[in-house]
Amino acid sequence: MSMEEKQNSQTSLDFNQNVFKPSSREEIVEIVKNCFRKNIPLEINGLKSKYKIGRNFQSEKTLDLSNYSGIIEYKPEELYIKVKAGTPIKEIVEHLDKNNQQLAFEPNDFGYLFTGESNSGSIGGVVSCNFAGSRRFKVGSVRDHVLGFQGLNGKGETIKSGGTVVKNVTGYDLCKLLSGSFGTLSILTELSIKVLPKPETSKTLVIKNPHLKKALGYLGKSLSSSTDPSGGVFYPDYFGKNFILNDLNHEGGLTALRIEGPANSVDQRIDRLSKELGLLSHEVSILDTEQSKIFWNRTKNLEVFKNLKSNLLRIVAPISETLQIIQKLKSNDVSYFIDWGGSLVWMAFNEINSKILNEIKQIMKKHYGYCTIIKIEEDLKASADIFTIDPIKYKISEKLKRSFDPKRIFNPGKMYTGV
Amino acid sequence: MSSLQMPKVDKVVMSKKDKIVSDLKEIINSKNVLHHVDELKPFETDALTAYRKMPLVVVMPESVDEVSRILKYCNENKVKVVPRGAGTGLSGGSLPLEDCVLMAMGKFNKIIEIDYENRCVVTQPCVTNLAITHAVQDKGFYYAPDPSSQIACSIGGNVAENSGGVHSLKYGATTNNLLGIEVVLMDGTITRFGGKAMDAEGYDFLGLMTGSEGLLGVITEVTVKILKSPEVVKAALIGFPTIEDAGNCVAEIIAKGCIPAGCEIMDKALTKATNDYSKAGYPTDAEAIMIIEFDGEEHEVEAYIQKVKEIAEKNNSSSLKVNKTKEERLKFWAGRKAAFPACGVLAPDYMCMDGSIPRGKLAEVLNEITRLSKKYNLPVANAFHAGDGNLHPLIMFDANDKESLRKCEEFGADILKYCVQVGGALTGEHGVGIEKRELMCEAFNDKDIQQQLTIKAALDPNSLLNPGKVYPILRKCAEEGRVHVHGGKTKFPDIPRF
Repeated sequence: MSMEEKQNSQTSLDFNQNVFKPSSREEIVEIVKNCFRKNIPLEINGLKSKYKIGRNFQSEKTLDLSNYSGIIEYKPEELYIKVKAGTPIKEIVEHLDKNNQQLAFEPNDFGYLFTGESNSGSIGGVVSCNFAGSRRFKVGSVRDHVLGFQGLNGKGETIKSGGTVVKNVTGYDLCKLLSGSFGTLSILTELSIKVLPKPETSKTLVIKNPHLKKALGYLGKSLSSSTDPSGGVFYPDYFGKNFILNDLNHEGGLTALRIEGPANSVDQRIDRLSKELGLLSHEVSILDTEQSKIFWNRTKNLEVFKNLKSNLLRIVAPISETLQIIQKLKSNDVSYFIDWGGSLVWMAFNEINSKILNEIKQIMKKHYGYCTIIKIEEDLKASADIFTIDPIKYKISEKLKRSFDPKRIFNPGKMYTGV
Repeated sequence: MSSLQMPKVDKVVMSKKDKIVSDLKEIINSKNVLHHVDELKPFETDALTAYRKMPLVVVMPESVDEVSRILKYCNENKVKVVPRGAGTGLSGGSLPLEDCVLMAMGKFNKIIEIDYENRCVVTQPCVTNLAITHAVQDKGFYYAPDPSSQIACSIGGNVAENSGGVHSLKYGATTNNLLGIEVVLMDGTITRFGGKAMDAEGYDFLGLMTGSEGLLGVITEVTVKILKSPEVVKAALIGFPTIEDAGNCVAEIIAKGCIPAGCEIMDKALTKATNDYSKAGYPTDAEAIMIIEFDGEEHEVEAYIQKVKEIAEKNNSSSLKVNKTKEERLKFWAGRKAAFPACGVLAPDYMCMDGSIPRGKLAEVLNEITRLSKKYNLPVANAFHAGDGNLHPLIMFDANDKESLRKCEEFGADILKYCVQVGGALTGEHGVGIEKRELMCEAFNDKDIQQQLTIKAALDPNSLLNPGKVYPILRKCAEEGRVHVHGGKTKFPDIPRF
């Protein structure tokens, strides 16, 4: 018996099944080594909160990592938590909460959008998609909070990078490369994630305002203010009804700015920000910590698009371009809201076709941004480019894919044909 | 200093020097091709001066198109290329090879655009780190990463090394403050990763290139985000009777939710040296001193300083002083910034190490360093960026005494190995370069290194771009990993190092 076969016989996996649900690292290694040997493409899933994002692709078997779950180590004073990839975000958040800490990058909960109920996914999935929530402009994206990982390449070899300390420049930063790679380069098995203290107080300044241009003005000014907001969104009139809260004095369109920190400081900064923006008292409401939490959770959960029947695009651009992009896209039948202080637009299209999609992509290119298709009708999905890429980057992506996964067995084609 | 193995010299390339020079003079302005020994001399080393090598030829391109054409030419003719920014790197990342074209990026020295609306600056790579802050400070903005050499180091070099600074815990290193780069690959391909929009779609090439130490591409343009300057900055200078108390104090401060902008701890040896050298006025009875700084809105900063006072007292602090004026705060820091030169007075030479450790392991690691100091019979002083866990032990020795040098090298390697053992990293901010190359196997196994090498091969199949750096050639854990300073003089004595 060869060394490899000996290793493979350590577990008793049935290879005739179509869905593998390993609960140990050894099993995952065995599955990948077998798939590598037999050229079996794998679809890799965590809690399936985002599995519909990405291109359709052919896979023979599914690797479901939801049983490979659990907190390995949590060191609040060292500001990190080490977890298995299938660990639910919900479990991590609850665990951190006991020590008044949090995942500062506020990962979106895509469950409402796709199934109508909460599913914030697993840490492995969140890192693989790299979609950060409202604090993005202040604290960075998901990838900025990945301190280290252990995973498998397409040959089933264990690879790692980073560690548990924030300052580490040893070798290539593979934590960044694997974040947002949609499971096409490596199977993440263990992750060390940076955690941060929860702010003592969090309040939200809500400005009654239905106008897009004015809203972008407020957002832009706020982000360049030393009052240091940690969230900035705009909801047009039609979404106003989604935010009926005790502290909210009005319905309809609103711009909301979140200020966090010690209680006294938050009050001072809200006061100053109102003055800096030249707001009158009848235009504003201030949400206290609890209501603020509800408001930003609804934003994080994309609740205005709960059970969305139509198509959803995630549009990212420099803030200077957002106004023009929205104005151009509004000729379609759309509903949208703005996050990231003006740099991110979630836009639902009642109707979409290849022609409109192409137009959108052209507009994005012209305005130095990009759009990712999050949800689209099945018959269009096969032909649409979910992600956009230029030929040079495609070539590099193809080479990198091969360097990690030479037989293309991990989510092949999920991002691009041939990658 | 022990001899260093570098990639095998290509004799064919060496023999074709004249042809290569004349070809390069066809590609770019001939006055920007340097090949006489007197012209090459200034480029023979970076700030890791223990190693020197004359390059075959130096080119100073003036445009991205020239960079592309030079790289394409070198790729087709199998000539090695070593990129160089300001040459202030401490790990030998831009040490030339004798058969290489050294690509000096010094002419890329202009800021291209200041964009306040999108809060970013687009700049050429050889603009200094500090020049970016200078360009935007009148509007109340700054660029956050602040390596101690920021007065001279280039932003392109910062990207290549993923440079940090004393504010890394709160504001991140270069990688967390970078929006986009334009880069030329070894085959001459010009491309852009990222831009003014956040989190470009697809694989995070921007993240991969950052900290890749010039092995994957030559950076020709950089877009960084700028931040609004904090309203108030306040610092406390705290003395502790033991290192453990100082370590526990910083752990508790962070666990209680106060994230400092900067936090430094110095041991008694370094405090004494600094007091003697620069009249820093640090408490002399303390075994450890801590400088902790907060920035932000006035009430926020006050609240944190108040918390720090309570936590420090609980952890047996022997003294605590909060600055009343800006001058006083700068004086706290002046001593810390003079700490390295102060060691230069204590011994003919010192070696600066750059390990990263979990904050909670500080006392354990310092005890081990004390034990090793006795074992090797060499004095050591310790500076610690406590906020982000970056430890800089300064080993004092005499380079003229071969035995002293050998002991120092062993001592240094033992420290770095210990840092890795307790869950830290070989290098927090100086980079691997040639300096810690052979120690990589302490942090990574063969498979890890192999995976990284296949990435290199995907982008530079002939391994022509900055070869011999970062990844081990010997595949043994040699006794390396430090910055050597002789007679208190670094390559650039005017650049602060802390």
